[in-house]
Amino acid sequence: MSGKVLMKGNEALAEAAVRAGCRFFFGYPITPQNEIPEYMSGRLPEVGGQFIQAESELAAINMVYGAGGAGARAMTSSSSPGVSLKQEGISYMAAAEVPGVIVNMVRGGPGLGGIQPAQSDYFQATRGGGHGDYRTIVFGPATVQEMVDVVGKAFELADKYRTPVVILGDGMLGQMMEPVVLPEPIDPASLPPKAWATTGTGGRRPPVVINSLYLDAAECEAMNRRLQAKYREICAREQMAEIAFPDSEYFVAAYGTTARICRMAIQEARARGHRVGLLRPVTLWPFPAEAFETVIGRAKGFLTVEMSLGQMVEDVRLVVAGRAPVSFYGRTGGVVPSSDEILIEIEKMVEGGGSM
Amino acid sequence: MTSRDTERPLGAEVVYERPRALADVVTHYCPGCTHGIAHRLVAEVLDELDVAGRAIGVASVGCSVLAYKYFNVDMQQAAHGRAPAVATGIKRVHPEAVVFTYQGDGDLAAIGTAEIIHAAMRGENLTVIFINNAIFGMTGGQMAPTTLVAQKTTTTPRGRDPARAGYPIRVCEMVSVLDGAGYVARAALSSPSNIARAKKAVRKAFESQLGGYGLGLVELLSSCNVNWGMSPGDALRWIETDMIPVYPLGVFKDRSEAGAEAARMEVAG
Ligand SMILES: Cc1ncc(C[n+]2csc(CCOP(=O)(O)OP(=O)(O)O)c2C)c(N)n1
Repeated sequence: MSGKVLMKGNEALAEAAVRAGCRFFFGYPITPQNEIPEYMSGRLPEVGGQFIQAESELAAINMVYGAGGAGARAMTSSSSPGVSLKQEGISYMAAAEVPGVIVNMVRGGPGLGGIQPAQSDYFQATRGGGHGDYRTIVFGPATVQEMVDVVGKAFELADKYRTPVVILGDGMLGQMMEPVVLPEPIDPASLPPKAWATTGTGGRRPPVVINSLYLDAAECEAMNRRLQAKYREICAREQMAEIAFPDSEYFVAAYGTTARICRMAIQEARARGHRVGLLRPVTLWPFPAEAFETVIGRAKGFLTVEMSLGQMVEDVRLVVAGRAPVSFYGRTGGVVPSSDEILIEIEKMVEGGGSM
Repeated sequence: MTSRDTERPLGAEVVYERPRALADVVTHYCPGCTHGIAHRLVAEVLDELDVAGRAIGVASVGCSVLAYKYFNVDMQQAAHGRAPAVATGIKRVHPEAVVFTYQGDGDLAAIGTAEIIHAAMRGENLTVIFINNAIFGMTGGQMAPTTLVAQKTTTTPRGRDPARAGYPIRVCEMVSVLDGAGYVARAALSSPSNIARAKKAVRKAFESQLGGYGLGLVELLSSCNVNWGMSPGDALRWIETDMIPVYPLGVFKDRSEAGAEAARMEVAG
């Protein structure tokens, strides 16, 4: 199957997971991602997989911890309030080095918030989210096709680095229909064996243990240093970003749904003669610092646009490090910025209104 | 052949030895604690059923957190209360494996109440070893949901007052009403005869899993002499004098054919 099919974002993501060899899905319903568990509940039994509607997000992520620790490609999906509950399990997965994929179709918060699109879980996703010194790889796709593509990549990197991987979307991406090309299915049996996984010793080898307890402080620090070395390797190798109009003087930095709207605003700004480009992180962690470095020499300013009141902008400022003005525009709580609003902000930046 | 076999003097017969499913290490348990007895029962049953090679254990958070070092089988350490969810994930991946959790009363009956109830509700083919010592041992003797009325703990310094702190929770009674529970029994680690009965119950809880009858749960009334402020001997006697009246021993449910047969005979007899 290599032709294009028209699919809803959430369902395309779910099918892409199945094709990436995911056979185990555990989730608890929450809007706006219910199509993912619904799709999985029908689809996984067809390919010999298992779907469980768990009693809570806590249980769901711990089922992922169990299944991932047992060697399988496992996934859970939720939206903001539910992902808050998953943080305990994600921290344990990071520490015990259990691979798994967590999808967060972000909605307005804090608290129960709303169900409209938001990007206000950026800090939670990119700073670890739970307790302890850890990071998760985070993707922020902007189209249904890119969601499909990053799902395969997410499972690949989760296994490669033995770490949880987060995909941040929102209700807009989850609900919209776009044409997609689905990847060829991977047979999970063809994946490399995982010697570290719990399978039963068969009486042939010493027991394996999946664990995150280190009562000796020096040992706990050593575990952390091991994780940090892995994170440095991820930062060096796995950054992904798109730069549109790289020869521009000004750049809008945005990801996901917001980047789509920024693209429209940039087109209009360029039609008005402004030399504005788009710098769109695809991996939110590792933050694509290298992409910023390729434009920083000629950049006269950056405008960060988010569906939050200023989260990714902190990473932009860290990377730009005072070498150009960085301004910010954000809507939150489920309000989606319009391209007209963004255009006004672009013109402010170009006219020198950008603040450091 | 283990080294123990080769070292055996000619003509001598082994009448008692370490089960193969138990690792040859010194445990960290306090003198007098019955966790060690419970570990041994589990290991003996794994050996007798010849399933240690396909066993995967889930250690919980509590005094038994280091169980992953003590069982000679693949182990996953779970977050506080989540062991039944972790075990569910493992068992769905490896349905042929023999998966068990080992949980205390804070772990299973406080923070992990939802997980155990729903694992039973789904009829997961798992074995749950549930240690009821009426206290939070690891954190220094605070009230557990299983703490007896009037029992002193560090967070019920004047004794558990039901008006403020509620009543002991009876897990077997609660789990056994769920259709997905295959075997539910309560035993006590308080005397040789009770320990022999506990062993039978542990074995049945594993057989329930092997037979596909659903969740097998054994509650073991256990001592925590240190946090109870008693001598080891007094603690064992306290299980019999104070705990058993609140937590009656027995089989609450047995869906296995043998169990169904026994139930029929009881009715007929
Ligand atoms: C999320 C979380 N909350 C609290 C704790 C602290 N804690 C560790 S063990 C424990 C209670 C253990 O009691 P129990 O399950 O009865 O086992 P025991 O130690 O008595 O064997 C608590 C509250 C923790 N580790 N994690």
